[in-house]
Amino acid sequence: MSASLLPYLIASVCFILALQGLSSPIHARRGNLIGAFGMLVAVVGTLVFTHILTFTWIAIGLMIGAAIGAAMSIWIPMTKMPERIALSHSFGGLAAALVGVSEYHHRISGPEGIDRFTMAALGLEVFLGFLTFTGSLMAFGKLQGLITGAPVTWKGQNAINITMFFGALALLVLVVVDPHQSVLFYATGVIGLIVGVLAVLPIGGADMPVVISLLNSYAGLASASTGFALGNPVLIIAGALDGTSGFLLSLKMSQAMNRSFANVLFGAFGQVAPTPDGVAGPAANYNLATVEDAVGVLTAAQTVIVVPGYGMAVSQAQHAVRELAQALEANGATVKYAIHPVAGRMPGHMNVLLAEANVPYDQLYDLDDINDEFSRTDVSLVVGANDVVNPAAKTNPGSPIYGMPVFNTDESRAVIVLKRSMATGFAGIENDLFVKPNTMMVLGDAKKTLREFIAGVKEEAAA
Amino acid sequence: MSNELLFGLYIFVLAGFLGHYVIEKVPPLLHTPLMAGTNAISGISLVGSLVSAGGGYGKLSMMLGFIAVICATINTVGGFLITDRMLRMFKKKTPAKGPKS
Repeated sequence: MSASLLPYLIASVCFILALQGLSSPIHARRGNLIGAFGMLVAVVGTLVFTHILTFTWIAIGLMIGAAIGAAMSIWIPMTKMPERIALSHSFGGLAAALVGVSEYHHRISGPEGIDRFTMAALGLEVFLGFLTFTGSLMAFGKLQGLITGAPVTWKGQNAINITMFFGALALLVLVVVDPHQSVLFYATGVIGLIVGVLAVLPIGGADMPVVISLLNSYAGLASASTGFALGNPVLIIAGALDGTSGFLLSLKMSQAMNRSFANVLFGAFGQVAPTPDGVAGPAANYNLATVEDAVGVLTAAQTVIVVPGYGMAVSQAQHAVRELAQALEANGATVKYAIHPVAGRMPGHMNVLLAEANVPYDQLYDLDDINDEFSRTDVSLVVGANDVVNPAAKTNPGSPIYGMPVFNTDESRAVIVLKRSMATGFAGIENDLFVKPNTMMVLGDAKKTLREFIAGVKEEAAA
Repeated sequence: MSNELLFGLYIFVLAGFLGHYVIEKVPPLLHTPLMAGTNAISGISLVGSLVSAGGGYGKLSMMLGFIAVICATINTVGGFLITDRMLRMFKKKTPAKGPKS
């Protein structure tokens, strides 16, 4: 074991360099390569220096895993990135949990038994690992539409979840006191599996960025616990890095929604405040526009800000967005993109999609960097975004999203909103932007509408 | 053994702090690659799985280890590959392009 500590040190340094590289898109790729190199060093070091008897199953496992991993990375469309990440969190959780069970099973039947500290680490590892496994599978199911994306709630839900969580911790204490209580140990794992399911069920699609980040953090903590149980420093370091990263991201995401952690986890969005009276009435008051109207406004514009949201991902409209921007630029307009931290279903979702469509990243602006510009902008083009452009967050203290930082799209001279239909999303919140006099609603599939815009703008330019 | 716990905690806490400072510097632009990348890195639990699968711990441990090796390898190989695929897409505007009016 001690001889393998050197490769683990190299790997740890490489991992930190990999994260450091991500501070700028310029060296990010090189950093990622360094990280992969570190992983290779750690794996080879383990195979060489650790007492390994049979390589057959290891080799087969490595080959199967590499093939699946490569397939999942090369062919998956960028719009499916949140699903892809949720799945890999579940694999990470499962791997940690299984190693934990395997270690427990091996050591408990051995001559030395298990000391209390190792037992505590193993217990946490198995609990967190299984919780991450099912929780991430649920998140995947919701994103993929296999399970309803709406919050599923029932009476006493929070009480049950909290009881189970602390019940598992109590069991854990009992197992630490007497590691031979195998039944209790496995019960902890089973409760982890159940808590994972129950904890994610009440969380709505719009809250997915927080949940995915939090599961990322749990997967890291499960890895770190493995490190404690095995006395392996590189696992502790990598787990700590992953854990902090996920935790920081989920903090940032909650801040971007002006909600506390507790509110996201226990508050089931849209259930907090029932939709106000007379919802059905004023919703008809919006300004329905034709493609021709919108094209006229767009061709006259000198400055355009595009605000993408989850709807852009659903309709896979990122390439059409880029083509329209090019047509407008050819027409003499400047085009910028305003990206809200919680736009889409995971942190950075919109940035990746637009990068895929070859939008240069210096045209992508964060909330704080662009929000003052809307008042000087001719047209805001909202593509499948909803809550992040809702002025109610600024003006209506009764709104469930009141206080959430939103784009000042309503301050621009004209707003064009691309939306599938006028039905409210599952959050069930009315959007005041849609009924403003300077807002034009163009209903239908975003990609199709954008294609019509592009044709229209090009025609006008040629005329 | 209590020494081992203490050293473990030292490493954990310091790595957490380091992580905090490094990750604070990652712009929102790269938050998705950050998540994919940390995911690949935490696939380091592969190291633990390898010992379970090949350490001669008996049938059950070997089987669990085998499944864990597959899961962890999916994350490491897949994680680094997809992070690279994403990072490849981020390009700056070429300065020559886009005439200023």
